[in-house]
Parts: sequence; C-alpha cells; structure tokens
Amino acid sequence: MQKLRYERPVIQKMNAGLMNKYGTRTEYEPVKHIDGVSVASLIQQYGSPVFVISEKTIRRTYQNAVRAFKTRYPKVQFAWSYKTNYINAVCNIFHQEGSWAEVVSGFEYNKALGNGVPGNKIIFNGPEKSNEEIILAINNDSLIHIDHFDELYQLIDICDSVNKKPRVAIRVNMDTGVYPIWDRFGFNYENGSAWNALTKIVASGKMVLTGLHCHIGTYMLSADAYAVAVNKLSDLAFKCKTQLNTSIQYLDLGGGFPSANTLRGAYLPASDTNPSIDDFAEAITTAILNAGFKTEELPLLILETGRALIDDAGYLLGTVLANKRLSDGRRATIMDFGVNILFTSFWYEHKISPAQDFTHHTEDMVLYGPLCMNIDMVRESINLPLLNRGDQVVVHRVGAYNMTQWMQFIQMRPNVILIDEKGSTHLIREAEDLKYIEQLEKIPAHLSTIKL
Amino acid sequence: MNLRKNVATSESGFIFNPSTGDSFSANPLAAEILIQLKQGISHSEIKKTILNKYEVDFSQLERDWDDFLLQLRDANLLDT
Repeated sequence: MQKLRYERPVIQKMNAGLMNKYGTRTEYEPVKHIDGVSVASLIQQYGSPVFVISEKTIRRTYQNAVRAFKTRYPKVQFAWSYKTNYINAVCNIFHQEGSWAEVVSGFEYNKALGNGVPGNKIIFNGPEKSNEEIILAINNDSLIHIDHFDELYQLIDICDSVNKKPRVAIRVNMDTGVYPIWDRFGFNYENGSAWNALTKIVASGKMVLTGLHCHIGTYMLSADAYAVAVNKLSDLAFKCKTQLNTSIQYLDLGGGFPSANTLRGAYLPASDTNPSIDDFAEAITTAILNAGFKTEELPLLILETGRALIDDAGYLLGTVLANKRLSDGRRATIMDFGVNILFTSFWYEHKISPAQDFTHHTEDMVLYGPLCMNIDMVRESINLPLLNRGDQVVVHRVGAYNMTQWMQFIQMRPNVILIDEKGSTHLIREAEDLKYIEQLEKIPAHLSTIKL
Repeated sequence: MNLRKNVATSESGFIFNPSTGDSFSANPLAAEILIQLKQGISHSEIKKTILNKYEVDFSQLERDWDDFLLQLRDANLLDT
C-alpha cells in the first residue's frame, strides 16, 4: 500500500475579532522556477544559499524606465549606480543598454574604467576623492560632482598642477518637503551655500561648471518631492545663466526611487503605496518642461536610479536548516542565509516563497539566519507553510545593495548566478573560500606556530 | 502527558477547550493524533500507526512529535 504524504501535526489558535479589511493573502504559492530554470537544479548545481540574477528582468526594467522618461522628455541619460550592485556582469548589462556609470569612490571609478566605460561617461560622486583619483578623473574628462567646500578648494589646488579644466557640478541639498532633509551631502540651497559654491567655481576660472546634481533621499514615497527639487535646481541654473554667464548643461536628479519591497513596519505592502516609475517621470519631466528653459536650452536630464532598476531582478535561494519552538510558543525556523548576505532584511519585510508544494496549512514564525549572533533575524514574523529541514525557499527582490553591502562575517559569501535571456546560467561571482579570505592576512614570525 | 479530558476534538480538526474558552484548528494529522489521544491510545502506538501510514521516517516523526506536544502544552490542552 502506498503511504500518504506526510505533513507534520500543527494546531493554530483561532482568534475571534473583526476582519482586517486590509488583510493580504497569505503567501504560500510555491516558486519553483526562475526564468524557466528550476530552483532545485540551481541549488543542486551552485549550492545553497545562492544569489540568482535575471538578465531578462534587468533589461525589461531598465527599458521600461527609459521609456517612462524618454517619452516625456527629449534628453535623458541614465547612469548606473555602482554602489547598488557592482558585480561587473550586472554593470555591463546596464552599460550595454546605454547607461553611463555613477560611482562614489576611487574603487568604483576604476571598476567602471575596467568595464570599458569611457571616462567622459563616468559621474564621480561622493564625499571622498583623493588627489590621485581627482587627477585621474580630470584626465579622463569625467564629470566630477563636488560634495563640500574642502573638495572645491582641493580641486582648485589640483587645477593649478594639471593643465586641464575639469568638468564639474555641485551636489545640492534642499528642503523638498520630505523629512528628515538629506543635508549631509552637498551644498545647501536654502542657506545660500550652493550659490556660494557655484560663484566660487566660476570665479576661479579653473573649472567648467557643467551641471547641477541632487539626491534628495532614498526610497522616496513622494514623486512631488522631485518636482520641488527640479524647481530649485532650475532656479540655480537660471541664476548661473543670468548672473554668472554660465549655461548649465545637465540636471542630475540622482536616485532614490523605491522598489516594490515593503519597508519594515509598513502597514500596507509597497505595491499598494509606492509611486511607479511613470509617476516619478511625470513629476520630474513636467517640472523641467515648465521651469522656463528655452526649447533649445533644455538641460540633459541625468538619473542615477539604482534600487528601482535592479531589486526585482535579484533572488536569494536558501534552505531550511532547522525548526525550533521558542519559549513563548512561537515557531522559529533557521535558514542557511542571514543578515550577513541579506543586509536588506534590516530594512525590508522581504517576500519569501517556498520552492516546493505545500498544503494550505501555515504557521506564523520567526525566520533566523545561521549566524551565532542575536541580530541575525531575517523576518520577525512571517506566515509560511510548514517548512521542514531541507526545504528550499526563494527570497524576492534582493538585487539592490545586498551584493555590495554583504558581510564576510562568520560565513563566507555565496555564488552569484546570472540567468541570461535564453535561460542559460552563468557563475558571475564565485563563492568565497578560506584561501580567498586569508590571502591578505600576514602572521608575524613569533605567532606562526602554536603548541597546545 | 495526556490530553485534558474535557477538551472537545472533531475529525475536521476543530478543537475546543471549555476550561479556557479557546478554540483551535488542527491540520489533518494533528486532528488524527488528537482523536487517538482522546481515545487513550498510547503515544508509541500512535507513532507506530503514523509510521505505517505516512511517508515519514522515525527521526523526523520524533522531532515533530515533541514539537506537537509543546504546541499542546502551550495551548493548555494537556494534563499537567
């Protein structure tokens, strides 16, 4: 006689009360394939955990964003935000699509050069730029975005020794009605610092003031804030034209568009609350077109969108290590991935799907990672089917920031796989091993041997 | 550890504890176990039946059994 399918016994307390009209469907639809490739086969071939990136999703998301802006405004240029995900294969998908590079350190700058991005298509942002890095950027005719007065004077000094005028912009921070104001980076608009910096640049005669840059925040939930930013940058651009006799060639609105990940503590899922890329495009382009620029003098619109272009394309596949019951009766499930590689679990309530069939019975649980550290919690409370040791899960929307902010802590970082548009898989970053981790270590002679 | 005598169970998985007023829903295997516990069948007999009837090995069942007893204890369904 064939035995019946087993599901571990579980009881669930029934709570009487009013129905939550915002209640969402419990997520227990299994996700067995990504772009036609089975999750089980990916884990079998590349191990668990493993990051998987969909090239098809990256290209489709990028093309959709380009369409949203270019159908509304004639001069648009995206610059791939390296810090969001700087695995070379990922960067090159964006570059193949026509994206420039936006970098925030010398390390990222050299990565972009190494990927073949022409120097004049690299935007060099960030508060730290060494003399050597600035000289390299000047010689490559890159767009240098100045963050603070010390950097401005640093540039003026360097210009004396380099026989070339750098193309520069300043980063402007401002009140866009979204609080707290991101005033840590750049020069403030309201207190006149930004205008002061612009006059110093032009007065120095050593740089070519080319653009104006802002980055008003991250995971912005208001498209209107960008319209406010455009109005303030445009005001500076007009003043540059009339008072400094300098035409601003581009407005760089930075990044900050959200993805469809739900923020921790949010009452509603992100898909119900976040503006779409079209909403942002409409707000930004309408504001520029209404700002008063002559048609032939419309500035190039640069966007440094990162998260919204890559988050959806990334998946993290993992496996259940263990189940346990906590002292208060809650179920705890321990996964083989934690905050070490899923850094964004500090910010998001990541959507997690089982990768195999289940019944309709579910239970609330805490999802922990494998680290022997109390902070290692992936989801504080999630309702999932009855998971057993060895079951596989898919974490969605992990493409942004995880593969750059991940930590080599207790565990090593896993393989990263790309599924190309034809459904073939490619290893684009190998899992770390002990040799890799220790290659930079040096042991003093007196510590080279031990006796126990 | 036995099920409290006054706990009501049903084949459909509905459980009612008249001492606390709490009600619970059980998945099919939990409902099956509860009915057998109510009938006074020993733990080892119930486990044997499950091993014969379902696709599960001994070690997995032992782990899940212990966890199930913890659930019943947390729900105040067991005699102390």
